[in-house]
Amino acid sequence: MQTGKEYICLMRLHGDVSDEKLLEAIKLFTGQIYQIPPVRSSVARKPRIRTIYYAEIIERNGRDVLMRIACSGGTYIRKYCYDLGLYLGCGAHMQELRRTKAGPYDEGDSVTLLDVYEAVKLYKENGEERALRSVIQPVETTVKLLPKVYVLDSAVDAICHGADLAVVGISKLDEKIKRGDEVAIMTLKGELVAFGRAQMSTEEILESSKGIAVDIERVIMDRGTYPSVWKKGGKDFNGST
Amino acid sequence: MNSIVEGITPPWQHERRTVVRLEAETDPSYGYDPYERPVKMHLRLGVINLDKPRGPTSHEVSSKVKDLLGVERAGHGGTLGGLKPGDILLFPVCYLYC
Repeated sequence: MQTGKEYICLMRLHGDVSDEKLLEAIKLFTGQIYQIPPVRSSVARKPRIRTIYYAEIIERNGRDVLMRIACSGGTYIRKYCYDLGLYLGCGAHMQELRRTKAGPYDEGDSVTLLDVYEAVKLYKENGEERALRSVIQPVETTVKLLPKVYVLDSAVDAICHGADLAVVGISKLDEKIKRGDEVAIMTLKGELVAFGRAQMSTEEILESSKGIAVDIERVIMDRGTYPSVWKKGGKDFNGST
Repeated sequence: MNSIVEGITPPWQHERRTVVRLEAETDPSYGYDPYERPVKMHLRLGVINLDKPRGPTSHEVSSKVKDLLGVERAGHGGTLGGLKPGDILLFPVCYLYC
């Protein structure tokens, strides 16, 4: 899933650069940028377009620049610093990096291994669930930023068995879904059922009375969580032939 | 010196509205509100936003979490590629690159 990330990065310049020149370079490197993945990377080294949503200089001490950078998934910050150095003419490299946001997750809400350990201990020794529930979030938090399609109870189990989602199975959906968008299929209780690819836009879904609205690509929910209304229909059909 | 260069709105600032196609109720006898699942199920369908310590690899840390929780599977990453029922998606948001 391509999601946005935010990092705090310490960049070291290899020469002296004025604040104005540095800011001008950062402005140029905001928005859509070209990046060739670094030599030591796990993807093909072809130029790709990545987005820098915003960049901020938090603090500067001579050649050391502390920055906050928000970018699309798959952006290399090491490369961003290197390229910035090339543009400035003096060279630069990334000294340190810390991720502060990944999709819906924020550094501020993170827990440590010790928190996990203590929550497990409380649960095992006293049956206390509260701590465990505060360190572990439901899987639904992963799709917070994805457009969602909410389906009727009667459609859930068919999707769990691999059926695509028909318009008639939909109760609610997010605005501005376009054909080809990745969407999360949810129950009316807000549970994640599956991931899919929209075959119709929000408007088309609202106007249609039949047809496949979403191609299901990956099912998350266990089969049998919801009743299989569709099976009965199948038996009747077989019985009558 | 403190300067922000604003470009394009990041995904986490996008707002979405939901529209209704067909008003419907959900039967409380099936499934659970994601925040009210029984603990065992909550563990199986859980995510941890973990501040990864410097040193051990993400792989080592997720194996540690797996042992701590006594679950069968645990993974890590910014991707949902391998996510299946039964996975704990360990999410090292605050990943330190050394």
